[in-house]
Amino acid sequence: MAGGTDPADRGDRLRALFTTMARIRAFEDAAETASQGGVSAWGLEASGTPARVRGPLHLSTGQEAVATGVCANLRRDDLLTSTHRGHGHTLAKGADMTAMMCELFGRAAGTNGGKGGSMHIADFSVGMLGANGVVAAGIPIATGAAHALKLAKSDRIVCCFFGDGAINRGPFLEGLNWAQVYRLPVLFVCEDNRIAATTPTRTMTGGEGAAARAAALGLDTLTVDGNDVEAVDSAAARLSTQVRAGRPALLHAITYRFKGHVSVDPGRYRDAAEVERALQDDPLALARRRLSELGLGDEAQRIVDAARAEVDAALAAAECAPFPDPSRAYTDVLDTGAGRWT
Amino acid sequence: MDVTATSAVETLSYAQAAAAALATAMDADPRIVALGEDLGRGGVFGQYMLDGQPLATRFGPERIIDTPISEANIMGAAVGMALAGLKPVVEMRVIDFALCGMDELVNQAAKNRYMFGGQGRVPLVVRMPIGIWTASAAQHSQSLEAWFAHLPGLVVVCPGTPQDNHALLASALASGDPVVYLEHKELWGLRGEVDRGLDVPLGRARIARAGRDLTLVTWSRTLQESLKAAEELAREGVDVEVIDLRTLWPWDRETVLASAGRTRRLLVVHEAVQVAGFGAEVAATVAEELGCPVKRLGSPRIPVGYAPTLEAEARVDAAKIARMARLWLGG
Repeated sequence: MAGGTDPADRGDRLRALFTTMARIRAFEDAAETASQGGVSAWGLEASGTPARVRGPLHLSTGQEAVATGVCANLRRDDLLTSTHRGHGHTLAKGADMTAMMCELFGRAAGTNGGKGGSMHIADFSVGMLGANGVVAAGIPIATGAAHALKLAKSDRIVCCFFGDGAINRGPFLEGLNWAQVYRLPVLFVCEDNRIAATTPTRTMTGGEGAAARAAALGLDTLTVDGNDVEAVDSAAARLSTQVRAGRPALLHAITYRFKGHVSVDPGRYRDAAEVERALQDDPLALARRRLSELGLGDEAQRIVDAARAEVDAALAAAECAPFPDPSRAYTDVLDTGAGRWT
Repeated sequence: MDVTATSAVETLSYAQAAAAALATAMDADPRIVALGEDLGRGGVFGQYMLDGQPLATRFGPERIIDTPISEANIMGAAVGMALAGLKPVVEMRVIDFALCGMDELVNQAAKNRYMFGGQGRVPLVVRMPIGIWTASAAQHSQSLEAWFAHLPGLVVVCPGTPQDNHALLASALASGDPVVYLEHKELWGLRGEVDRGLDVPLGRARIARAGRDLTLVTWSRTLQESLKAAEELAREGVDVEVIDLRTLWPWDRETVLASAGRTRRLLVVHEAVQVAGFGAEVAATVAEELGCPVKRLGSPRIPVGYAPTLEAEARVDAAKIARMARLWLGG
């Protein structure tokens, strides 16, 4: 639930929210550093030092308030589908940071045993049903999971994150319509960072965007400043309550992606002034200012330090963890005909 | 003398046999649901009708789920249902429509278990009827089984008889894997004996007709055409062994290799386009393993045309099969 008017309650709530945001930021910063080098990409020369994390990383740096504010209103047994930019959602849902870092490093101790990497990161033990390498692909899956929950008469809900680019794919229409037709417990969250890969979304989107499209299908919607974690928290509190009562809803959270499309993309195609303005609007800085106003400035620093220490430990564990044995390439495929590869 | 009381044999159509298998499985397992367009009234081919009633009457609209015309979401929702603990049966009406749900099948259903490192499984049976269906032309007539045989993470089943449509659907529902289940649209009305107690494991071929001179491997509707051709050839003194492959992945190499090892000649017949069809995989395997001569017969690489004269060009029938065998064996 969102914090009440009592300053002490509000401070407790904001402290918890800021802790999650700081952990996401620390994780993304460390992952970004670990992914530099290796091959030439995005106009950059390859460095002589191979990248420690080899695969494409889609960082959510700058978008922490959305994952944090939404997931603060989910229970551990609620379900979640994510996007290719899913580290923040996964951490906020409760996944273990070391297991996540091991997955980015492709280690056997990773959340997915090294079989998925960043783009497919998943932790079913906390209801996180997977990041997805295909834009909008989580939407139908979320509706199906919610359908199963409804048939089981469960009070759990499904939270479905997707980006602003996803609303131009067909599954957005099919999935939102489906949720409305069957009155399914899905909280759709359009995490609008205003850019689809490298193209400004407004140049590729007709009409008024996510909330207007959802409203046309009869869903209730809220639009919120996605850089204000308290605003996201209270909007998600309202919508998740109605979703739990069986009415799907959409939250449109407007934020900004600080980094390029992937971690080695310098994002030079963007307007420098726009990026500068966005950096001034850093969701962590805003939350930290509010903590200071509540007399919790020192605590904010301790939270940031603790997050960095946690991620340093995760990095150290990941770097010395073993890769999966090659034989694991042949497991988790099929039970029928297991052992047959040709 | 053994009397198996539970194994009463009855005569059912190919469509009824599947409905009976689904109903039995749904009675036994509350996790099984079916979803697709028009299922509530029994499915457009009546394959969700049993004893003259839609299965929805018996199991209710929550388990036989009528859906919007949203193939991507039908397939994707089934993946989500499976990850959340259900065992969905997806009805795509015709395989041509399933092409609107390929990301959900190929990138999600077939990959999720693996890419999540074994967290979560996708027990799913996707019914995507294949094949020429008289005068239905290019977008309702395709046989795309080879596409799915190519994809790791999917089981591929092509039942050719009412008995197999009962037994193999039951096995598919029990398997716990994503199963691409390809019934043939021109077999719905085919009637035959069905023993509801008969178990047919996935991946096991059946020798439909024993013979000495030639091994003919086929599946789905061309099984019936191949058996007709074999009878014709028998009258001419050629003894053909007809193997119904039944499951394309995993396919029964042992049965095929044992037969071709005896006859030293393999002909693979299917209604799908011959180029890069699954027959190429069977033929190449036999040639590699046994070094014996192989031939293929499939459809030419043309879309299925509407006019009877055009449609006939795409059909693989008994006459074409017999002609090819005759030419090969020097008859």
